[in-house]
Amino acid sequence: MLKFGIATAISALIAIAGLALLVNIMEHKQEAKNPFFRVVDLTDDTEDPAVWGKNFPVQYDGYMRTVDQVRTRYGGSEALPRTPDDADPRSIVAQSRLEEDPRLKRMWAGYAFSIDFREERGHAFMLEDQTFTARHQKPQPGACLNCHASTYLAHKRAGDGDIVKGFEKINPLPYAEARQLVNHPITCIDCHDATSMQLRITRPAFMEGIRALKASQGISNYDVNRDATRQEMRSYVCAQCHVEYYFKGEEKRLVFPWSKGSKVENILAYYDEIQHKDWEHADTGAPVLKAQHPEFEMWSQGIHARSGVACADCHMPYQRVGAHKVSDHHVRSPLLNINKACQTCHNWPEEELRERVYTIQSRTFELRNLAMDALMDLISDIQAARAAGASSNSIAAAQDFQRKAQFYLDFVEAENSTGFHAPQEAARILAQSIDFARKGQNALRPRTETASRN
Amino acid sequence: MVKRSTIAGVVLGASMGLALGVGAYTFIYAKGASYFTDDPKACTNCHVMQEQYDGWIKSSHRSVATCNDCHTPAGFIGKYTTKAQNGFWHSFYFTVGNYPDPIQITKRNRRVTEDACRKCHADIVETIEGHDPEGNRTSCTRCHRNVGHLH
Repeated sequence: MLKFGIATAISALIAIAGLALLVNIMEHKQEAKNPFFRVVDLTDDTEDPAVWGKNFPVQYDGYMRTVDQVRTRYGGSEALPRTPDDADPRSIVAQSRLEEDPRLKRMWAGYAFSIDFREERGHAFMLEDQTFTARHQKPQPGACLNCHASTYLAHKRAGDGDIVKGFEKINPLPYAEARQLVNHPITCIDCHDATSMQLRITRPAFMEGIRALKASQGISNYDVNRDATRQEMRSYVCAQCHVEYYFKGEEKRLVFPWSKGSKVENILAYYDEIQHKDWEHADTGAPVLKAQHPEFEMWSQGIHARSGVACADCHMPYQRVGAHKVSDHHVRSPLLNINKACQTCHNWPEEELRERVYTIQSRTFELRNLAMDALMDLISDIQAARAAGASSNSIAAAQDFQRKAQFYLDFVEAENSTGFHAPQEAARILAQSIDFARKGQNALRPRTETASRN
Repeated sequence: MVKRSTIAGVVLGASMGLALGVGAYTFIYAKGASYFTDDPKACTNCHVMQEQYDGWIKSSHRSVATCNDCHTPAGFIGKYTTKAQNGFWHSFYFTVGNYPDPIQITKRNRRVTEDACRKCHADIVETIEGHDPEGNRTSCTRCHRNVGHLH
């Protein structure tokens, strides 16, 4: 009798385990169905990311996490408490780079960046941090918003459906006036088509910039939304903003200076040709330039770009959510997500990968500091020479070297990877910068046999 | 009056039948038979290896080697022992949900794969093998990682 009982109990347990497994398999099968539930209808006029988030909760959840403030060795940001006042209601800001390295203040003397420059925070803060920066002590145009707000619909409304017209209208407005026309930091609609969810370019400046860049490579009439591949788009949508730019003329048109190519010397040659300067240096009178976060240009020179790895592959790596592969919309440093960002391709321990990155960055930072010191020497020398009444020829030559040295240095300094996006290119640029600074100092000295080769 | 042993026998029989039936149905529902085939689709029954499968479709080896050609040893016994072992652990980890992502190959399976390269390419690699005094083999996949599938 007991034997019967035990055998029955065992059979029952097997049946229970079998059923549990069956249900588990069924759940897994369900996961693989229904890629998304259409809860709301999205149109080309839906701006609020929370509405998009109803259809795409996983992506929205990641997007909302860009409020995180985490440091890496050379980047990221720290959340510092601040007492809000009438002009600036922020209670938390990032650390000041000007305080960390006062040489920056001298490099940018006379320019708005010498007033206030903090470590960049995540996408969520882009509009707030621009709205309240003390750089507004110098008047700024509406063109700034191209990359600090969701401007697609603002452009569309201002241009009566034509985003290029709207772009041209908003660019020259005073910042405060243009600021009334936008509501969000970058949102879904800036990169995605509302009906197909495909990536698309919404910024006129990038459409024009990439067309000019492709033309310089012999490809005429390039239409990025027509001609780019999906994998290219996974970098191009980022390159709508993470690039070097300037505001052209009185109309303050946002232009990416790529018609001669996108390497630092091509860009400088472009500026030299049109004799553009961002400002006159307060200490030396040199017609200088400010390089702005040229991530796309630097990445283009590196091994990852060469291997077809897109921005999104490392900064928004695929993650598994249930049965689905979803791009992580928590855009951040790959150093904070090495498993997904690096180890998909690089099969080495996390610690080793991190050390490799830090090795590259430490070397770049060392060179950057040398270049910064060289630039400070040059600025001091020009100041002294001007005070001593040196010849205008030698001063002009030294000023031009300052323009070069400073732009090259800033091209790496302002670039948000501390050299990682293209290590050797960054080192090359910094070596050139040091060379320009020292040549500038030489230009102020009486010519001798050894100096004459310059 | 029915004997108690008869009742017990019926209950036991019914519960054994139930266990057998549930087991059989689960096997069919989970496409259990597909795991005895060489069809690469079987490896994506659960979606964990979908990316590897997608990569294989586009790889240089897609028309000459299936999953089993590279991931199981030669010979009936070796092949099905490996299938049984991997099948058990894959099911186990997929069910309990505790596995690394991106997925990683085990030591044993890497050895199987390294052996598998030599099923076809032994003649070519003969000349570059055997230089290590400690007898370590040259690893094919260290350089040719993406011939089967990326990642």
